[in-house]
Amino acid sequence: MAGLATSLGSGAMTNTITELGDASTILAIGTNTTEAHPIAALQVKDAVRKGAKLIVANPKEIELCRFAAVFLQHKPGTDVPLLMGMMRVILEEGLEDKAFIADRCENFESFEKSLEAFDLDTVEKLTGVAQDKIIKAARIYATQTPSSIIYCMGITQHVHGTDNVLAVSNLALLTGNIGKPSTGVNPLRGQNNVQGACDIGCLPNVYPGYQQVTSPDARSKFESAWGVELSDKAGLTHTEIFDALLEGRIKSLYMVGENPVLSEANASHAIEAMEKADFMVVQDIFMTETAELADVVLPGAAFAEKDGTFTNTERRVQRVRKALDPVGEAKPDWWIACELAKRLSAKGFDFSGPSEIMDEMGSLMPTYKGISYSRLEKGSLQWPCPSEDHSGTPFLHAEKFGTETGKGKFMPLEYKKPGEDTDKEYPLLLTTDRSLFHFHSTMTRRVYGLNVLGKEELLNIHPEDAEKLGIADEQMVKVASRRGEVEVKAKVTKKCIVGTVSMGFHFAETPTNLLTCCELDPVAKTPGTKVCAVRIETI
Amino acid sequence: MTEKIELKINGLSVTADSGMTILDAALRKGIYIPHLCHHRQLEPIGACRLCLVEIQGEWKKTVISCKTLVKEGMVVLTETPEIQKIRQINVELIVADHDTDCLNCFQNTKCALQRVADHVGMDKKRLDRLKKPDKLLPIDDSNPFFTFNPNRCVLCGICVRTCDEIQNIQAIDFVHRGLGTKVAGFGDRPRLESNCESCGECIVRCPVGALTEKDAVRPTHQVKTICAFCGCGCGVVLGVRDNKLVSARGDLGNKASKGRLCVKGRFGYKFVNHPDRLTSPMVKKDGNFVEVGWDEALDLVADNFAKNKGDKFAGISSAKATNEDNYVFQKFTRAVMGTNNIDHCARL
Ligand code: SF4
Ligand code: SF4
Ligand code: SF4
Repeated sequence: MAGLATSLGSGAMTNTITELGDASTILAIGTNTTEAHPIAALQVKDAVRKGAKLIVANPKEIELCRFAAVFLQHKPGTDVPLLMGMMRVILEEGLEDKAFIADRCENFESFEKSLEAFDLDTVEKLTGVAQDKIIKAARIYATQTPSSIIYCMGITQHVHGTDNVLAVSNLALLTGNIGKPSTGVNPLRGQNNVQGACDIGCLPNVYPGYQQVTSPDARSKFESAWGVELSDKAGLTHTEIFDALLEGRIKSLYMVGENPVLSEANASHAIEAMEKADFMVVQDIFMTETAELADVVLPGAAFAEKDGTFTNTERRVQRVRKALDPVGEAKPDWWIACELAKRLSAKGFDFSGPSEIMDEMGSLMPTYKGISYSRLEKGSLQWPCPSEDHSGTPFLHAEKFGTETGKGKFMPLEYKKPGEDTDKEYPLLLTTDRSLFHFHSTMTRRVYGLNVLGKEELLNIHPEDAEKLGIADEQMVKVASRRGEVEVKAKVTKKCIVGTVSMGFHFAETPTNLLTCCELDPVAKTPGTKVCAVRIETI
Repeated sequence: MTEKIELKINGLSVTADSGMTILDAALRKGIYIPHLCHHRQLEPIGACRLCLVEIQGEWKKTVISCKTLVKEGMVVLTETPEIQKIRQINVELIVADHDTDCLNCFQNTKCALQRVADHVGMDKKRLDRLKKPDKLLPIDDSNPFFTFNPNRCVLCGICVRTCDEIQNIQAIDFVHRGLGTKVAGFGDRPRLESNCESCGECIVRCPVGALTEKDAVRPTHQVKTICAFCGCGCGVVLGVRDNKLVSARGDLGNKASKGRLCVKGRFGYKFVNHPDRLTSPMVKKDGNFVEVGWDEALDLVADNFAKNKGDKFAGISSAKATNEDNYVFQKFTRAVMGTNNIDHCARL
């Protein structure tokens, strides 16, 4: 979420899910909300029922399109030109919020200059979206306020994910749709506790509470709290860790609840990397495809078997409660890490339980300072919650932004090509999808009914492309990219655009991520899983 | 702005809010008026005609209380001989058409039809005459999570309205007319072939045993927690029996979800009880995993980690684990292993 931290000073969802229900316009870009965030989607549908206008921007015709006033079906990887085109219309028609730009933002001029490259003719050519639709969407978003933007991996999982996010935040700043209820820039986070994992510092560049590891002040704060010397060098990201394993720079790997064999972009590379590790420990609740490769496998407790907290996508810290004793010898992850620390003679790992861990977190993280288990007993709290008597923050940036200057920062952007080009050999673009019935794989694949409902992976392909290739509905085909190939059943559907096919990544039988591309976004280091060039053959 | 409205129901003084229906005002006061098709989260339709009441004085007439708003000074009677007569016929008609094998029904003792019949009473002779020879309609058990038994359906339409008003999906509707009326997927197709998303919201609201979860078991106790799937963070109340999860329902008090759940939150918890769960630490010896005790596993891991402290080590944590798990894990990586090589899968 590097983009929003630069422009707004915080990478999290600015507003609250239920606020969506009261928005007058919702722009849903790069999110298949009904599939990936069903309960947030209900708020979107509620808003439409109450008269709100929904704008959907997605390369694929998703379920939400049924409710949309405008559907912008842009080519994969052209989010920046699409949004810049909308902003150009807003400025040309004088629909921007001049007072907001003058009082609360900075860097407007250089951003405005970068808009010059995005005349509507160019935008139409790049995105494949008709100009009148872009104009209509721009007018609705700018005038029927409050307007909220929601987005998901369709925006971030690109080689230019950071630029995409910045384009979204430019749009909100331009129209003053931020810092108020039912507005904002709202990244819907995928897994249940992604937000929390980021907040508490499971990131290579920041300590808990987004305090930079390279900042001497932050480092000395954590050094004195933990009673040790800490490294002053930012660590490696997820994908870089696998590169370092391959090159032999990293020797031991400790992995909790992760299954990169299925989820990593370019899975074959990840497998090869893990095989090179001298020593690998996997802690999980099932023997996953990844755990099979480990030297030691440790059984973790499942969510219903432990106490703790999750932080949802709207920064809401909520209490997770133990309902069952863990199966067999399984133990909570925190307990296991503490035991290892003690065996390595470390101090500061004698926690009596999760409540005490939360207290230590609060003492080091200003945003969680006012959160404690006794308060959570009475209800959830949205961070920032800086003190015991603070009731939490439903929406961010009410008075000022979290940036150094306190201003929202416009960012000039240019068009960059999607990570991978199609060519004669790989003529189609593949994007990845999510299914309502599955969530990554390890857990949902073990629920019988969910497998009945979402039986297998399908390759969605437009009838025109299917005809050209001689592919019939439900026929097995081979999908090959520059990195690997998989076999999958084809589904011929007009929901795709010509030239673009899509596929999920939930099934071990069809490891879609053998195909995808791990070229990284240069800032966020997010692999461009969303777009890769493929060839499809009948078999 | 809601105003307070004073009225009398069965001689009792009742304070209601403006905009409330007579039925809601009575129920809030603890006065039972028989009803089947009413649900407080849905628009009233007045289909079952059991909630009839009589309004006295200048407005004197018999009305359906679920569709009539309270007015200042209103005087309402919920029970009169005429109302009782109409209600009884309505109840008998519904029961005559109902598969009353109550002991084999999951809703037994919780069923709205039982309560209505208990309150209104029936004339056995008349009922026997109305009762048709048992000719049961086929059950739709196409959905892997729940069953629809049309023989227990009272055609209240709550499921249809839930799917439309709450879910905005419109997967089901009434099909056919008259005696053959039933609820089904579009074009009388099984639910699995409709665009039903299996959210289960309709099952939760069905007042009788027509829509029931498959293999449903009543829990011995319940625990309030948070769904483990997506970032919405819906509140879920898990039901436990014999140290196994047996049920899940939405937590109405949860501020993120307000009681709603999707298919994963409602039915997906079952992975916790799956026989494939890892139950013991395992160490690979000669290419095969061997179960070992915690001490042996932890000693082995600690010895190996000790050899690769610093930037030769990397930790990857999980976006599924709790904040506390992840906090300790990053502290371990930074403070004990001495490296910032820590990440999780948020980027994916
Ligand atoms: S299935 Fe249940 S909720 Fe639906 S109409 Fe029948 S009785 Fe009512
Ligand atoms: S389970 Fe959900 S989607 Fe399916 S019919 Fe019921 S309310 Fe509609
Ligand atoms: S119930 Fe569904 S929408 Fe809610 S958190 Fe769980 S998976 Fe997400």
